[in-house]
Amino acid sequence: MLVKTPVGTEALVAFERVTKSYDGATLVVKALDLTVRRGEFLTLLGPSGSGKTTTLMMLAGFERPTSGHILLDGAPVEKLPPEKRNIGVVFQNYALFPHMSVEENIAFPLRYHGVTGPAAKEKVDKVLGMIHLEGFGGRRPTQLSGGQQQRVALARALVFQPKLVLMDEPLGALDKQLRERMQVEIKHIQRSLGVTIVFVTHDQSEALTMSDRIAVFSDGMVQQLAGPTELYERPANRFVAQFIGENNVLPGDVSTDGRALRLAGGAVVLLPAAIAPGAVEATVRPERLQAADRASDRAIRFPATVREVFFLGDHARLTCEGLGVAELSVKMAAAEFSVLQPAAGSSLTLAFEPEAIHVLAR
Amino acid sequence: MWLPQYATPGERIGRTFVVLFAVLVALFLVAPLLVVVPLSFADQPFFTFPVPSYSVRWYADFFSSERWIVSVFNSLVVAVLTAVIATVLGTLAALGLSRPDFPGRGFVMAVLISPMIVPIVIVAVGAYLFFGNLGLANTRTGLVLSHTALALPFVIVTVTATLSGYDRNLSRAAASLGAPPLDVFRRVTLPLIAPGVASGAVFAFATSFDEVVVALFLTGAEQRTLPVQMFSGIRDQINPTIMAAATMLIALSVALFVTVGWLARRAKG
Repeated sequence: MLVKTPVGTEALVAFERVTKSYDGATLVVKALDLTVRRGEFLTLLGPSGSGKTTTLMMLAGFERPTSGHILLDGAPVEKLPPEKRNIGVVFQNYALFPHMSVEENIAFPLRYHGVTGPAAKEKVDKVLGMIHLEGFGGRRPTQLSGGQQQRVALARALVFQPKLVLMDEPLGALDKQLRERMQVEIKHIQRSLGVTIVFVTHDQSEALTMSDRIAVFSDGMVQQLAGPTELYERPANRFVAQFIGENNVLPGDVSTDGRALRLAGGAVVLLPAAIAPGAVEATVRPERLQAADRASDRAIRFPATVREVFFLGDHARLTCEGLGVAELSVKMAAAEFSVLQPAAGSSLTLAFEPEAIHVLAR
Repeated sequence: MWLPQYATPGERIGRTFVVLFAVLVALFLVAPLLVVVPLSFADQPFFTFPVPSYSVRWYADFFSSERWIVSVFNSLVVAVLTAVIATVLGTLAALGLSRPDFPGRGFVMAVLISPMIVPIVIVAVGAYLFFGNLGLANTRTGLVLSHTALALPFVIVTVTATLSGYDRNLSRAAASLGAPPLDVFRRVTLPLIAPGVASGAVFAFATSFDEVVVALFLTGAEQRTLPVQMFSGIRDQINPTIMAAATMLIALSVALFVTVGWLARRAKG
């Protein structure tokens, strides 16, 4: 994981009870409260239609909230037109001006921010260097590859030193390899400039790689706002648990004293802190399930039946029946897999460490 | 021809009929024009076909007649003014109508396109009565205003078509970069939709330059346009000079047609 730059806790943007409806009936964004800290890389993550892009468009000024306030640097901006907000935007399709050269595209915002003449030229050259496109200034956007166009769009959004840069699925159109390279490059640029970025994506691994914090959107609401580790280890609810990475959701019962969780199938897990008794859902990640003989003494063991096996090179995926779940997903390291050689239909004993169990809030 | 080698005899016969039919339709459309052109080069003051001998005397006649020259001048002035006004108004209308949040788009569009559909005589009579009260009948202003109404739909249709291929994110990007709305239009939108706007302008010019019915109602002797001059020429004295004028109008139309085609290709690529 990337080493993080210290991020202030001071709020740069605050959404206060913001709602948005296009047709006056259905709310695309429902009562949104969200704070963006100065200098952070915040990702809005969610499936399509979850309201994340609408949220970004309201922040950019292309859409107006139906109700509520958006504060930028403490001042309400919901009535301010986009050109007065000083926010850079990078679009999924780049939105480079096709009738202008790369240089003209990048220089476009400068005149509106009081930079002209030799100073403008200098800035354009500097930013072209930053995105490794020296010597490409005279080309038209159509003469560049997708990745190069993406970098020009990024340079254009950064060159006028905006308070904030918004990115709407900027890597969606790139192939996997290039996308991963651009993720690192964007992260480097963000850290070296200390710029605040709000990034929209539906790709959870992209969100985990790049973000300081992630706001998981679903159904027009933020389901959870947390750092990548916290989000992965301690999802707030079933939606987050299953949207971020792969997860097994297990039915269970908390004992009357609130200290023990009894899973279907009989396994009992002692809880680190007492919680309210009753029926709950708990999660365990496929990679936290392992063969019993390799597990520690503290591990909790349970019987399972293998249903399907997929070998993927560095690891294997098993679908098992166990812990009261018909399709329990297990991710097994290649070394372990080659020793055990589990076949479909066979029985084996699996195990997990007690810490691997996370009880979802009811 | 234009068939793969494995075409069946039935397909070959079918294709032959299609080609034949298409040629006949084309001939039906352009045959009257094909008569006009040779007649304009005839040496005789009466219409005989085929033409016994050729000359350019009617073209000479055309360019030496003050009435013809004045009418060409009038037509050009009216057509240019019409093209300018209709292009500005039509482009603005198309821009407004292309906004996703425009209320009552279908109705407004129908109203703006209606001059294309309403019978031209009705437009002419209406304009004549309406402008008569305002003192605009028999004025160039009145004619330009009427022609603008007639040309407007052409501009709106062509610019709207061009805007449908315009990425609205470009306007959004420009605004986010600090450009006020007028600059967004001037520096980003207009350069990109220019071919469509130019096509619209050419259509507007052609609409006005060819128009005879409204011009007959609204022009006095001083504002007489080329089509009106030709029309009255046919009524008063049958004279091959009209054929020369007609041939030149055809040439102009072809030139405009080629221009629009060129602009359309530019817009695409």
